[in-house]
Amino acid sequence: MSVIYVLLAISISVALAFFAAFLFSVKSGQYDDTYTPSVRMLFEDEIVSHQDDTDSKSKSSQTKSTNQ
Amino acid sequence: MTNTTCYHCGDQCGKQHVRFDERDFCCNGCKTVYEIFTTNGLSTFYDIEARAGTTPNAIEGKYNFLDNLEIMEKLVEFDEGGVQVVNLGIPSIHCSSCIWVLENLNRLHKGISSSQVDFPKKTIRVAYRTDTISLKALVLLLGSIGYEPNISLESYNKKQAGVDRSLIYKLGVAGFAFGNVMLLSFPEYFEVEEFWLDQYKPVFRWLMFAFSVPVVLYAGKDYFISAYKGLHSKLLNIDVPIALGILTLFLRSTADIMFDLGSGFFDSLTGLVFFLLLGKFFQQKTYAYLSFERDYKSYFPIAVTRLKENGVEENVQIYKVKTGDHILVRNQEIIPVDCSLVNGIAEIDYSFVTGESRPVTKEPGEKMFAGGKQLGGVLEVEVLKSVSQSYLTQLWANSVFSKDKASQFQTITDSIGKRFTIAVLTIATLATVYWLIYDASMALNVFTAVLIIACPCAIALAAPFTLGNMLRIFGKYGFYLKNTNTLERLAKINMVIFDKTGTLTTTHRDTILYEGMELTEEETALLKTTLRASNHPLSRSLYDILKSNEIMTLDEFQEHTGKGIEGRVKDHSMKVGSAAYVGKQGSMTTSNTAVYISSDAHIKGKFVFKNAYRDGVGQLFGELAQRMQLGILSGDNDGERQQLQHLLAADAEMLFNQKPEDKLNHIKKKQEHHNVLMVGDGLNDAGALAQSDVGVAVSENINVFSPACDAILDASQLNKLPRLIKLSKKSMRIIKLSFLLSLAYNLVGLYFAVTGQLQPVIAAILMPLSSISIVAFTTLGTNWVGKQLK
Repeated sequence: MSVIYVLLAISISVALAFFAAFLFSVKSGQYDDTYTPSVRMLFEDEIVSHQDDTDSKSKSSQTKSTNQ
Repeated sequence: MTNTTCYHCGDQCGKQHVRFDERDFCCNGCKTVYEIFTTNGLSTFYDIEARAGTTPNAIEGKYNFLDNLEIMEKLVEFDEGGVQVVNLGIPSIHCSSCIWVLENLNRLHKGISSSQVDFPKKTIRVAYRTDTISLKALVLLLGSIGYEPNISLESYNKKQAGVDRSLIYKLGVAGFAFGNVMLLSFPEYFEVEEFWLDQYKPVFRWLMFAFSVPVVLYAGKDYFISAYKGLHSKLLNIDVPIALGILTLFLRSTADIMFDLGSGFFDSLTGLVFFLLLGKFFQQKTYAYLSFERDYKSYFPIAVTRLKENGVEENVQIYKVKTGDHILVRNQEIIPVDCSLVNGIAEIDYSFVTGESRPVTKEPGEKMFAGGKQLGGVLEVEVLKSVSQSYLTQLWANSVFSKDKASQFQTITDSIGKRFTIAVLTIATLATVYWLIYDASMALNVFTAVLIIACPCAIALAAPFTLGNMLRIFGKYGFYLKNTNTLERLAKINMVIFDKTGTLTTTHRDTILYEGMELTEEETALLKTTLRASNHPLSRSLYDILKSNEIMTLDEFQEHTGKGIEGRVKDHSMKVGSAAYVGKQGSMTTSNTAVYISSDAHIKGKFVFKNAYRDGVGQLFGELAQRMQLGILSGDNDGERQQLQHLLAADAEMLFNQKPEDKLNHIKKKQEHHNVLMVGDGLNDAGALAQSDVGVAVSENINVFSPACDAILDASQLNKLPRLIKLSKKSMRIIKLSFLLSLAYNLVGLYFAVTGQLQPVIAAILMPLSSISIVAFTTLGTNWVGKQLK
């Protein structure tokens, strides 16, 4: 068997894998709202700092200072 | 302190200025939201965007109906194992701070497990545990932080419509195949005479074939369906030559590789479908958060409080309300049915219906129409007609609401497509006949080549890209069109008909004129003092315009709700109110709202309240009148006929006292000779908006209210209307120019096709080149023309 068949099989299966990933992303609703995630990813991650009260103050003040 | 703005909502801090935590707040509501946020560790809200909050409204009791199990079940999307998921529309979502706080709702209540905002649609999806929080508690929680959800009769009737993602799938399939086929056909482009490549040619070709099959059968199937439908109803739409092109490309290419005649045109085929779908995708731009399909259901409550005979209150679904029932209407609630007042003081704001926002006072026994909003206390009313039988809602039984304007309109692409198809078929036949005579072996080759090269990809792309881009430009300037079809219809308009109240007039300002005997300084001061004590909206507006700085202390003050007020200082008394209240005899039917004044039992005169016209209305009429006919269609009386006639052209038709059905019929009559643009705002215009060629709803706040229409225009942009119409005409000119351009490409291609020299590589170059240059031309063209709006 010629090596070209192997190469073709590999390249096409890689392409198909990406295509399947695309289909999955559409199906899971990732294309329904293309704006909100772009805002969401920019939020400071300070949920943790408020969950335990002991070091919340120091952390939240840090986040604030980085914001300004 | 004059320039302080609220730390929460950014409004001017006025009378109810509150200082709290070293910050300024415009009212207690905003302060409370601030308190909730800071005590729950949500103060980041103010860091993301400053002064982005919304003032909460008082909503106590409004959502009691959510306790009703049947109604609640209709609203929630998922309900199992103690977990419910609900999708709520929140009109006040407007910035990233909103997203942040709404997605951190779980910090406000531990019963909420997750919440996700869809910003373009302005909705939030909340999952919560029913053992700790109920739907009603959730809605009240949202309301308390200024994000009151919009729950209307519409949400009750709504079917769970799935999201249509088929176009994205198709685009994905076509794009995937296009890329792969392009790579696979590369060796063939260069005609390398290499043994190694020649040996594997069939493998490459059959792979391309495999990639093309789903493109033709799945991605391109809409074109076949549309072409079939068009032919079935004896119409040659643009999809006919497209479908013909796709089919010929596929069959010819398959035959080519089967009999080893050539490499086929699979690259052109997949590229063609991909570009066409891209055009469709671009055209699909819609304003997800705006609804163009609203009817009364979007504004009417889901449930009302019904009084049983023994005086017990119960929440019932609105369709279950029968004639004779007694129901309660609370402050800020909409009256859902025609009814008569039994108990309470009614101040009805009919702005949803007519655009007129000044409340109308009703006394017990008087009839009230559905659609009005109660301002003030609780009312007990007796139902006269059920919801669907009411005066306003009956309008929606008219067949005009089930018609689809877009399907009755032949787009420019379709009208070109017809001539184009005929031309292509003629050329193909002539060329085939010629070759049959001279070299019969070439005949089939030439016939298919003509059909392939003439496939009107560029023509089909011109309109979607021009109109889609124009839609975006219009949207930037506050003019939101439902679809590109509306834009084409707008370009054909030659008559504009306006509603008056709420459309040409603004609800924000009043013009107040005084008619009668002149008031002395003392009387003016007394009048102002008396007005100061009253909370009635008319008293407030009047108080603001009176130029007297002297404020006295009233010895006596009485307010007779629905009639007027009376104030006394020493031995002088002042009565302000309706004609009957001050003792004016034979009160004639005045066309405007008026407040009568009597001092010491002598009638002095009256203050007449008139709606102020929006800025630039005169100029708007002037600009429009140069090119089209104008008209006025108002539900009000003709009190302002003179003033309007002065603003309008002399031959403009003006009709007053028009019922919703009258408006609809008038438009229908005008359409016999004109293409009518209707500009309105209230639910009473809904029929006229639906009937007209283009119905534009003017709205002061695009998120809040607009009846069903083809386009929504921000009220502040009303004076731009003539320019917007002009721009729509220019867009059509751009499309026509692009047609010429693509025709030039087609002629070049046809030369190769007719002479029998069409190589796959030429088709593969010509097709994307023409498409891309058309897209570039239309995008640049519309942007350049769009600059004129500034």
